[in-house]
Formats: sequence, C-alpha cells, structure tokens
Amino acid sequence: MSDNDFRLKGSVVTTVLLEVRTPNVDQIELGLKEKIAQVPQFFDQVPLIIDISACVADITLELMQTLFDRCRTLGLAVIGWRCAQDNIPAWRFDCPLPLLPNANSRSISAKAPPAAPNKDPDVVIKTVVEEIEVSQPTKIVTKPVRSGQQIYAPGDLVVMSQVSAGAEVLAEGNIHVYGALRGRALAGVKGNAEARVFCKSLEAELVAIAGNFMLSDALQKIIWKDAAQVLLVDDTLEIAPL
Amino acid sequence: MAKIIVVTSGKGGVGKTTSSAAIGTGLALKGYKTAIIDFDVGLRNLDLIMGCERRVVYDFVNVINGEASLTQALIKDKRTKDLYILPASQTRDKDALTHEGVEKILTEMSQEFDYIVCDSPAGIERGAQMALYFADVAIVATNPEVSSVRDSDRILGILQSKSRRAERGEAPIEEHLLLTRYNPERVSEGEMLSVADVEEILAIPLLGVIPESEAVLKASNQGTPVILDNDAVAGQAYADAVDRLLGEERPLRFTDIQKKGFFKRLLGG
Repeated sequence: MSDNDFRLKGSVVTTVLLEVRTPNVDQIELGLKEKIAQVPQFFDQVPLIIDISACVADITLELMQTLFDRCRTLGLAVIGWRCAQDNIPAWRFDCPLPLLPNANSRSISAKAPPAAPNKDPDVVIKTVVEEIEVSQPTKIVTKPVRSGQQIYAPGDLVVMSQVSAGAEVLAEGNIHVYGALRGRALAGVKGNAEARVFCKSLEAELVAIAGNFMLSDALQKIIWKDAAQVLLVDDTLEIAPL
Repeated sequence: MAKIIVVTSGKGGVGKTTSSAAIGTGLALKGYKTAIIDFDVGLRNLDLIMGCERRVVYDFVNVINGEASLTQALIKDKRTKDLYILPASQTRDKDALTHEGVEKILTEMSQEFDYIVCDSPAGIERGAQMALYFADVAIVATNPEVSSVRDSDRILGILQSKSRRAERGEAPIEEHLLLTRYNPERVSEGEMLSVADVEEILAIPLLGVIPESEAVLKASNQGTPVILDNDAVAGQAYADAVDRLLGEERPLRFTDIQKKGFFKRLLGG
C-alpha cells in the first residue's frame, strides 16, 4: 500500500437540523412536505441531522426508524441524529445511524465507541451553519423573469432584466437585478448571511437573506422604486441606497 | 411557409377573439391569404364574431380525428377575399387537441396560407398551451387593469418556456402587446393603468391601443369584425395595429381624451 492510495482529511459539510418536538411522525412528515414544496431544489438530498433532545422520552427505536425512512422518501439525506448528552436513550447502539456530537461539544465522539463498524474515528462530522467554501458559477438571466417563473442559482444570480410581480428568484449567493425587482428575491438561501440583494428599482413583494425576510409594506417605508441593496447586519435586514 | 400568430392573454374576456377576428381580417384585406383558427374547443365563439355560425359543418377536431378534410372544414369568409375560418368543436373539450394532430393541420395549412391566426382560449392550461406552442408571433391582448397585466406577464413566461421555439432553442417568439378596451378618460382619473404603466410592467413592444368602444359590441353582435367598420375608432385602431404588425410605422391614436364639441356638450353626448 503506498501513501497515494488515500488520504484522510477533515471536512466541513453544511447540514440541515431537524428538531423533533413531537413523537407524531405523520405530523412531522406533513410539515416537512409543505416546507419542501416551497423550495424543492434546496431540500433535494440535503444532508439532515435529526435532533430529538426535546422529546427523548417519547422516541422509541421503531419511531426513529420510521422517521429516517420518511425523511429519505422525501429526498432528504439523513446522516445521523443528536440528543442532549445527559439523556441518551438506551437504544443508541441498536440505531443504524450514528449519534452525532452536539455543535458545541466534540468530546462525545472521542469517548463513544463507534456506532457503526465502518465509521472512521478520524473523520469527525462537524455540523450546522458553516459555509461551503466552494465557489459556484454565476447564473446570468437576460430575459425578464415573468410572473409564475422561479429561478434558482447555486451561486450568484444576475438578472439583466426585470423580475415581475409573482416571480421568484433564489440564490445561494448574491442576487443582482438590473431592472425593477417586483417579485420575490431570496439570497443566501442555504444560510449565507453575507449574501446581498442588489436591484435598480426596489418594488419587491419580499426580500430575504439567509431566511430573514421583509415584505413590501415594510420596504415602502424605507426605499421604494429606487436603486437599493439588501444586506444582513447583526441578524437584522438592512435596506440601503445604492 | 405561413407565419403563425397566436392571440393570447391568460385572462378571459379581454378581447382575444375580437382581436383575432379583426387582425385576421385586416391581414386578408392587405392581400395575404389568412386563416383564423378557433382553439377554444368547447366554448366556440369565433364563428359568431365572424358571422359564419350557420355555415359550420365540420370543425377543427373533426380534421384532427380524420373525419373531415381541411378543405371541408375551412369556411371561406363571404365579405373578405383570402380569408378563411376554422371553427372549434362545441361538443368536445380541450383534450381533443393533440400535439400531433395540431402540428399536422398547421403544417398542411402552412403550405397554402401566408398567415395563420390562432385564437387562444383563456387560461394557461392545455388549450392555451396548444394554441401558442407552434407560434412564430404572439399578440398578447391586455386590458389596462392589474389582474389582466399580471396574467399577461404569466403567459409571456409560458411563451418563453413552453413553446416549440423555446423547446428547440430557436429564436424566441416575437412578442407584441395589444392594449384593448382602453379608456383615456378613466386613465386620467386614475381608474385605469396608462399605456406607459402597462408597457413598463410587461416590457414588450406595443403593437396597438384599441379604445373602449360601443362599436365593438355592436360589431360582435352583428357578426362583423370591427375592423370593417371604418367609422369606428376601434376599427381604425385595429387597422393601425395590422400595419405595425406588417412592419409599417403608425403614430399612436385615440390614447388622449377627445374634447367634446359644443353640440355634444349641449346635447349631453
């Protein structure tokens, strides 16, 4: 075996955390379906961690299995689960998926025996909102985005024309609209709080950055029908002139 | 090869059939051999507007199903030379229209005609999509009010994404805005969107502005396309639109408030 055969490295993956607050799996599935329908591209095969801290006592191994299956059927990639460190259920070693450490404590993975035989102890999966440091190509749209159309860009999105009322543009990075922005614009949809929205004329129904949104009513009081940028400062949306 | 024009809008009742009849007739008056096809299967209206309802024997769906030939189904207009009407079936629904069937008929007609005007049904479903799928040119009929404008915007998105030209990656459909039922007085009172407002929202070139006119209703009830009424402003506005469609320059008319004359004011006209 030579040294070139493989290499072990640490890696950071952005994941979605599903905090379970009820043992009612059907209700959770229904709610998830609704969320997914809103932004299907975002949820497609997104790595998911299930956190059962809020109701450990009510969750049995069977229930957990059902939850894994339902999530997979919905197209989510379940990679593990979490719960409060002082209240770990007895069935943890029978569970096919690994118990992952909580975001702020990594000690658990060192102490715990490997939950699955093929789990490599050197590979620690860190979780939650940390950005992927891979730059995605910018998507450029030259035609107007019409009512009812939805455009998703894995990187930045540049619209050379207008975004009509009833249209929706989403990007994991920034959004630039070189025309009137009359529809909805959601930047940083995968949690990038540094993302911004720029437009030549702000007339939007909704603008959002990393999940923080503002509706047209509020926008009209700040900047309306004028060039503007939308950015996130200390978890608060700010609308600034350009 | 014929140029295929679809008259569409998304919203109902904005004047698609009236416009199809007027523009089709206008093109025939200019000497182009023209056919108008009613795509509104199940809600046939074009034959009434064209005044040929008593002459409908075979229809569009009969031709698609091979129950009649195109020559049998096409109705020759009695007033205008070079003008033909292909009526919709009243007893069927939109599912009777198949891609293959519509394509076969349009290909056959393309050999013979200069222009084929497709009168689209309202909505964005099968019937409307079938009417616009094969189009080269789209005339988007829009009323100066917000819901009509939004529906037109929606249909423009469908023209961009669900037409044959879009699917084949060819040059996009040529888009034209036809503003219908325009009332300058109500615009000045702020009750209606202005030409500029609609142009700004839809961002496509303006083909014409048809003023709201009693002559349109009268013409419809009589079964005469309004473009044949030379005295009506709506008829003249349609004639201008046809000229522009053929690439000529025409100044915009009937978009300002007309001053009432002394007698009109006196008589309360």
